[in-house]
Amino acid sequence: MGREGISVAGLDGEEILGVEGISVRLSGREVLREVSFRIRAGEFTGLIGSNGAGKTTLFRVILGLQPPTAGRVLVAGRPRSARNPLIGYVPQKFLLDPDAPLRGRDLVALGIDAQRPGVPRPSESRRALVEEMLEAVDAARFADTRVGRLSGGEQQRILIAHALIARPRLLLLDEPLANLDLGSAHEVVALLARIAAEQQIAVLISAHEINPLLPVMDRIVYLAHGRAVSGTTDEVIRADVLSKLYGHHVDVVHVHDRVLIVAGAGENTDLAGHEGTFPGAEILT
Amino acid sequence: MSHFLSPIFAPGFFESEAVHIALAVGALVAVVTGVVGVFTVIRGQSFAGEAFSDLGTTGGAGAYFVGVGTLWGFVIGNVIAAGAMEAIGVQRVRGRDVATGIVLGAGLGLAALFLYLYTTEHSTTGATVTILFGSAFAISSTTLPLIAVLSGIVLALMLTIYRPLLLSSINAELASARGIPVRLVGALYLLALALAAALAAITIGTILSTALIVGPAASALRLTRRPLTALLTAAAIGIAAMWVGIVLAYDSYHWPPAGQGWPVSFFVVMLVFLTYLLSGLPEARRRRHAARAAPAAGVMQPATNS
Repeated sequence: MGREGISVAGLDGEEILGVEGISVRLSGREVLREVSFRIRAGEFTGLIGSNGAGKTTLFRVILGLQPPTAGRVLVAGRPRSARNPLIGYVPQKFLLDPDAPLRGRDLVALGIDAQRPGVPRPSESRRALVEEMLEAVDAARFADTRVGRLSGGEQQRILIAHALIARPRLLLLDEPLANLDLGSAHEVVALLARIAAEQQIAVLISAHEINPLLPVMDRIVYLAHGRAVSGTTDEVIRADVLSKLYGHHVDVVHVHDRVLIVAGAGENTDLAGHEGTFPGAEILT
Repeated sequence: MSHFLSPIFAPGFFESEAVHIALAVGALVAVVTGVVGVFTVIRGQSFAGEAFSDLGTTGGAGAYFVGVGTLWGFVIGNVIAAGAMEAIGVQRVRGRDVATGIVLGAGLGLAALFLYLYTTEHSTTGATVTILFGSAFAISSTTLPLIAVLSGIVLALMLTIYRPLLLSSINAELASARGIPVRLVGALYLLALALAAALAAITIGTILSTALIVGPAASALRLTRRPLTALLTAAAIGIAAMWVGIVLAYDSYHWPPAGQGWPVSFFVVMLVFLTYLLSGLPEARRRRHAARAAPAAGVMQPATNS
């Protein structure tokens, strides 16, 4: 299935995630203000915002780890419950002792039923399922290496397989590209786009950098100062829309196939644009 | 049989009841400490293990002072210490060492008092030596059932929490996103560690019991990449160190200075240490091979990250 332009599944797929008027106040500070958006099956959605915009808090609300001050989260049309097998999660930081006795395939297998008590009994069906997931994320060739000794991109693949093996409808990834080189980042993005399309899984991926996601994003949720706008890339990445969100003038500049979001001259704020300099404007990442 | 094996097993080894008990206790305790120890190393809680070992001194000294069995002292002392650590905040990674250190300091202060009162009252230092350095040959047959029951409890607990504990130890965020009660699992593990340290203390003494928790586990981690195999390997290394240590200690009654016998704990700890050194060899050899083969392999292997 091609992923050029807007996905076919995006328009009529089943609604997987509904975020409705979520507000979160943490020690007196309003971290999220009436954030609303929805995601359908098979859609690839980017949650874009600079550090401190509220991305991680929003993820914690969706995962049920952070109770919101107002609003609600619907998963497949129902209010989310404490342990929701429909959501797969890939955390941002993954530090593991290089000597820890855990191969990639062991971590993937833990994805099947880690919450259950007892020791898993080895079976042919478990082994085959793990093998299938490893193939799906193209991780079979390093599946027998200790997880702590894998590169960042390899660990991402194992973690994605760990999340996918429980057959979730929604896959949340917290800044998966943050610690990857450009080549690995493109590979991971392409992999996720393929998984979203093939398995009809909704993928929500947070990032502070918009460009690596541009080719595959069906929708974007742009977060700034705790508020969000959402829609297709063309609807959201516009000077008037983002200026309103930020509360001051913002320019959107297209350079080749990249997007630069730049503050007006003299402005100094947190934008999810790109590093580098640009004449007449201050560019911040 | 005992005739031609007599250079290894000194006369009377297979007939002695003290040896039988020591072998049984040694095996039980080695399995428990091996299974618990692997997680101690993965979770980076060696300091907590060390603290329980040292705090066993407080419980043991208290037991002598009050006049109950030493093992009860170890167990009760360590469980109280585990509760205190949990309450102060051993679960937060940042506060973990501080919580452990504070409880450890207070506990050792009590140990000093109990031992002082006991030794001045009975004018003997036997209690101190027994608590600190253990006495696998001095475990009475009446303590054996209690040791077996405690070992069974710890192993049952570890098998029950195995999967949630493994995932929590690898990444707490990943575990809580799956609905695993990370805090509860951590507290249960701390309890298992407290009991394992008490069992190790009765066998080889409080000072040396950390060696039995951390040593075989650390060696196992170097030898295997699989979590379950690591547990079994650590248990096997522990049993081997225990049994060989017991044989050597029994033989040492014939070594100079004659008729004294060297402490079991010394042999066990030295064997554990030696195993750890040897367990690094396969990895070192693999690395040497890899370094030698690297130029050729670099051409053959496709680049992974581009």
